[in-house]
Amino acid sequence: MTRLVIALAIALFPVAASADLEIFACEPEWAALAAEIGAEHVNTFSATTALQDPHYIQARPSLIARVRRADLVVCSGAQLESGWLPALLQKANNRDVMPGKAGYLEASRYVLRLDATGNVDRSQGDIHPLGNPHIQTNPHNVAAVARVLGERMAALDPVKAPSYQAGLEDFSIRWRDAIAAWEARAKPLAGTRVITHHKSWVYLERWLGIDEVANLEAVAGLPPTATHLSKLTSEFGDGGADVIVRSPYQDERPSKWLSERTGITAIVLPLTVGGTAEAVDLFALFDDIVERLLRAVPHE
Amino acid sequence: MRIGIFRVAVLALVLVYSGTAGAQESEIGELRAAVAQLRADYEARIVELERRLAVAEQNATQASYDAQQATGAVAAAPSSVSGNSAFNPAIGIIFQGQAWNYQRSPDDYAVQGFPFGGEAGPVTEGLGIGETELIFNANVDDKFTAWLTAALALEDGEAVVEIEEAWIEATALPAGFGAKFGRFFSGIGYLNGKHSHTWDFVDQPLPYQAFLGDQYLDDGVQLRWLAPTNLYLELGGEVLQGSRYPAGGSAHSGFGSYSLFANVGGDVGTDSSWLAGVSYLDTEARERASGDEDDPLLFDGDSTLTSALFVWKWAPNGNWKQRNFKFQSELFWRSNDGSYTIPGGPGLPYDADQRGWYAQAVYQPVPRWRIGGRIDSLSSDDPGAAFAGTALAAPGSDPQRYSFMADWSNSEFSRLRLQYTKDEAGPSDDNQWGLQYIHSIGAHGAHTF
Repeated sequence: MTRLVIALAIALFPVAASADLEIFACEPEWAALAAEIGAEHVNTFSATTALQDPHYIQARPSLIARVRRADLVVCSGAQLESGWLPALLQKANNRDVMPGKAGYLEASRYVLRLDATGNVDRSQGDIHPLGNPHIQTNPHNVAAVARVLGERMAALDPVKAPSYQAGLEDFSIRWRDAIAAWEARAKPLAGTRVITHHKSWVYLERWLGIDEVANLEAVAGLPPTATHLSKLTSEFGDGGADVIVRSPYQDERPSKWLSERTGITAIVLPLTVGGTAEAVDLFALFDDIVERLLRAVPHE
Repeated sequence: MRIGIFRVAVLALVLVYSGTAGAQESEIGELRAAVAQLRADYEARIVELERRLAVAEQNATQASYDAQQATGAVAAAPSSVSGNSAFNPAIGIIFQGQAWNYQRSPDDYAVQGFPFGGEAGPVTEGLGIGETELIFNANVDDKFTAWLTAALALEDGEAVVEIEEAWIEATALPAGFGAKFGRFFSGIGYLNGKHSHTWDFVDQPLPYQAFLGDQYLDDGVQLRWLAPTNLYLELGGEVLQGSRYPAGGSAHSGFGSYSLFANVGGDVGTDSSWLAGVSYLDTEARERASGDEDDPLLFDGDSTLTSALFVWKWAPNGNWKQRNFKFQSELFWRSNDGSYTIPGGPGLPYDADQRGWYAQAVYQPVPRWRIGGRIDSLSSDDPGAAFAGTALAAPGSDPQRYSFMADWSNSEFSRLRLQYTKDEAGPSDDNQWGLQYIHSIGAHGAHTF
């Protein structure tokens, strides 16, 4: 009986067993980034996978339990998670990760947010007045967030601060070299005209000089409609766009439909780590994005 | 750097010299070692310089972001507000209404053996708006948050504003504790805490109508604790005034009701998640009214309600937006031990148990569209010959209903629903159907599981 109680206690309260920093990331890219910086000193958990639309997540019991144990909650913000993160925070009874505390980090606050508009109305769809939240598609944004994240991890866990600083420096150097390589490789992509399912790629487009000529969604966040798709067919039937892009969690039918009628190649791009078999970490993510675009877009 | 150039020059000279002089093998070895040493030295320096360059570049990037942020180039919150209005709470309004048809008149609707109390009762016949809810919420300060739901309704042709919920929650308690005080929906059961705009059917299932007056809402204090484990484990308890059905009567000078609840939950793979729980409500009722509003039955005594819940949600890859499925079921056991006063009669000792359950499933095959079905049922012990012919006598067969619905949501903020109910719970079997709308504007809080 005593043994059972002890076993149960260990199973239920593994808190004392490890003093690693518990990091709860809303999206896989921030979990991957925290792991790059913190290496073996952190336990990272991502609330979503690359195959899930991060706008629509159930505030599940398992996520509440993870937030309860977290030392740091890191999310894209800009209202991307407004449908579920507030419910997690309210139910999790963890005062250290409430907004405004050191344990709460909203990544998009530290980058230049695009498409911010103060004057919004819901007739425009599910838009984000604070700006487009899909900031991770520009590696320069990832670098900026890495810096804040590394500093925050060091502040929360001062004992291991030197290793976080070293991890951050090491990552920053490798990331800078990788950015240079991606930018060189992606030169032919400048001026490419893309049709995207949702406005998920504005930061990538700004980075590589890609033109977004249309969206499959007529109204942001709502499923593409037949009327809108046939309008796109007539508009782009004689060219005018080079590639149709969707994220892995988006319905493939609209982009396939348009591709079949216009002859424009439709591709899937990983929006975050795990979005494709190749995108196993942050470096591989951008390798894969660039390579997939290069393969799909005709160039010399 | 200058030393470096010097060393290179020396090395070059040495190489030239040694090459022309035809040095011996030992000398060549020494020179090779010196070259290797120099090369390693330089590589280390270059790496160090590159590192410093990278850090400087990072700093510059961040500095420019910081500068943009400071000058307002980076999107901050759209803030044309100034002064006091900057602290305005989030405001949301929820509109609900329906057109509801009965084959038989709902005027005398009652479920034999289960006189309803509180807000429970049939949906208003014909066209009508339901409750319009005004929701305000904001952080009070760094340790408290506040929530107000004011329900606007028409009662007998007059507009009434009712404080439905008004609670304060402590957000800075240590060790996984959370506390709420004020007026709130009790944490018992699964549907009890859900706002009506999140229900999957127009009305509450029978056990909620019969045992909780639709939803148990009361004034009091709630304490919750969440275990620091990856398995979700929540324990909670409440002390409540006991002024509303099924409590009723403010026994014990206004501390007449308490509850306990425990919930566990988790995921199964990435596709499925579940929640299970048990709860217990203990009330000491005094002259608790139920049945006919003008001529109610009055209950005095102990009334307890034990319930168990199970919820299962599924979506391929956990991608809720495209396709999803939800199953939920709850079981209830109620025990009333005391006395019922029949209108115009004496108090009669009553000690009987009643049970109820429902199960429902909702499937979203494509975005926007959902279909669902529900069965809800009640059963009662026979309270004895003294109650023969009264509203409390056990029904001949268990009251039961079958409901089907289909709804369409243009966005998260609008929903239109068609529902059909085959009612075998009322005085005679009835077919009911109708249309319902649920729309919301303004701030819309995140939904719980």
